[in-house]
Amino acid sequence: MTTESIPSHNAHNERGLRASSGPAVELRNLTKVFNGFKAVDDASFEVMPGEILGLLGPNGAGKTTIIHMLLGLTTPTAGAIRMFGLDLTAHREKILGRVNFSSSYVSMPFSLTVAECLKVFARLYDVRKPGPRIDELLATFGMSEVKHKPVRHLSTGQQSRLNLAKAFINDPKILLLDEPTASLDPDIADKTRALLVQVAEKKNTSILYTSHNMQEMEKISARVVFMHKGRVIATGRPSEVARKFEGLDLEDAFLKVIRGERT
Amino acid sequence: MKLHRVSAIVLRQLYLYKRSLPRFMEILYWPLLDLVLWGFISVYLARYQEGLPNFVAFFLGALILWDILFRSQLGISVSFLEDVWARNFLNLFVSPLKPSEYILALMLVSTFKIALAGTLMALLAWAFYSFNIFLIGMSLIPFVLNLVAMGWSIGILTTALILRFGQQAEVLAWGIAILFQPVSAVFYPVSVLPPFLRALARGVPSSYVFEGMREVITNGGLPVRELLWATGLNLVYLAVGFAVFYRIFRTVRKKGLLARIGE
Repeated sequence: MTTESIPSHNAHNERGLRASSGPAVELRNLTKVFNGFKAVDDASFEVMPGEILGLLGPNGAGKTTIIHMLLGLTTPTAGAIRMFGLDLTAHREKILGRVNFSSSYVSMPFSLTVAECLKVFARLYDVRKPGPRIDELLATFGMSEVKHKPVRHLSTGQQSRLNLAKAFINDPKILLLDEPTASLDPDIADKTRALLVQVAEKKNTSILYTSHNMQEMEKISARVVFMHKGRVIATGRPSEVARKFEGLDLEDAFLKVIRGERT
Repeated sequence: MKLHRVSAIVLRQLYLYKRSLPRFMEILYWPLLDLVLWGFISVYLARYQEGLPNFVAFFLGALILWDILFRSQLGISVSFLEDVWARNFLNLFVSPLKPSEYILALMLVSTFKIALAGTLMALLAWAFYSFNIFLIGMSLIPFVLNLVAMGWSIGILTTALILRFGQQAEVLAWGIAILFQPVSAVFYPVSVLPPFLRALARGVPSSYVFEGMREVITNGGLPVRELLWATGLNLVYLAVGFAVFYRIFRTVRKKGLLARIGE
């Protein structure tokens, strides 16, 4: 897997989107209530351009609900989401053209080949000259040899890599990743982390990702947002958050919080 | 409305047929089986019930036209289910794709399926039973358009219900059009129905198409009154179908169900 070339191929480019030093993603007092249950409770934070922000918390903390609200899949009960300085509800189409998403738990159409899947998504995101872009991404994610293989014949790790390749197809300025390395072997997971760091640095892409791998969080996140029972309970550099809960490291702090030793 | 996004969804659906014999069977198998079965029954009845006019034309015309309605509905709802089964729905709707673009793409896929099945059935009816569907004349075009429109409105409604109630509602994809068959007067005139079903039939666009078809076969000419009723009702059906779909789509986003389709 190489991390050399992730050039811009998206027809939208920066057109109509703010190129500013303000936050790329901004959540203000975001709340989501499902049948009386507060899945997300008054959450506020931002992701700066080129920043990798880790969203951590136990199962049911509200991380995935936040990502779904950022993607426009779920509407917030209260609060506001701004991306590139624009309100998500009012500018969904413009914003989502420069955002992408990958999750280990979402499939690609399993009857299509790897190349066909990427062609469909390239067209969906209006990627000009999709052929070279697809070849480039397949090389980046070490998938060139399975280009013409149907998705159903890929291993779980290869499917995750295909999801990641899809997430890069439109050269996104904001990447939302839900446990992107969950089913990858250590080698590929390490290369993926290196790629994410490089993309954030070289292309100024903002990355918000969730993971249960605390070492991973510490290694690549500039800052982390710690969520528990729908609320943001801490924000800061991984070491700061660990210290706040008197943990030796992030994992120790995480265990102390979810076991009720610290709040 | 962006054509590149519509064409991406059409491409995704057409790729499915590139190397899948079972999917072609779904388009062609049942229509062919129906044609053979009903064709020979019609020939047999025509031979022994000489007092009844145009048996073969009535039955085969009705069969081919009903299949157009049924395929048109399946073209929408089964194509939608392909994305549900592949758990790909989330990947599509985190892009700038609009619900209207998605539905338009499914309508185009439905047109492809109808063209394929309709052409083959017409050719075989002519080859096996010397029945030429084009003897219906110029009325055939508005008849077909009305049946396609009714199939689409049922398909859109079915899709909305599956979105709302999940895969437990997927049986509707195959069953809901059949609900309309008894009051569509496909194989018999509306006059044979009991009064309450006759009243129901007056609100079903397809009943006017099939009544019109019989009138054309028996007396010739263009059944203007039937066509106007069918067209007017179809406009109402399509408006209701779209209104229900958009309302349910909003509810599904509010309840966070869009992200869970296919789980």
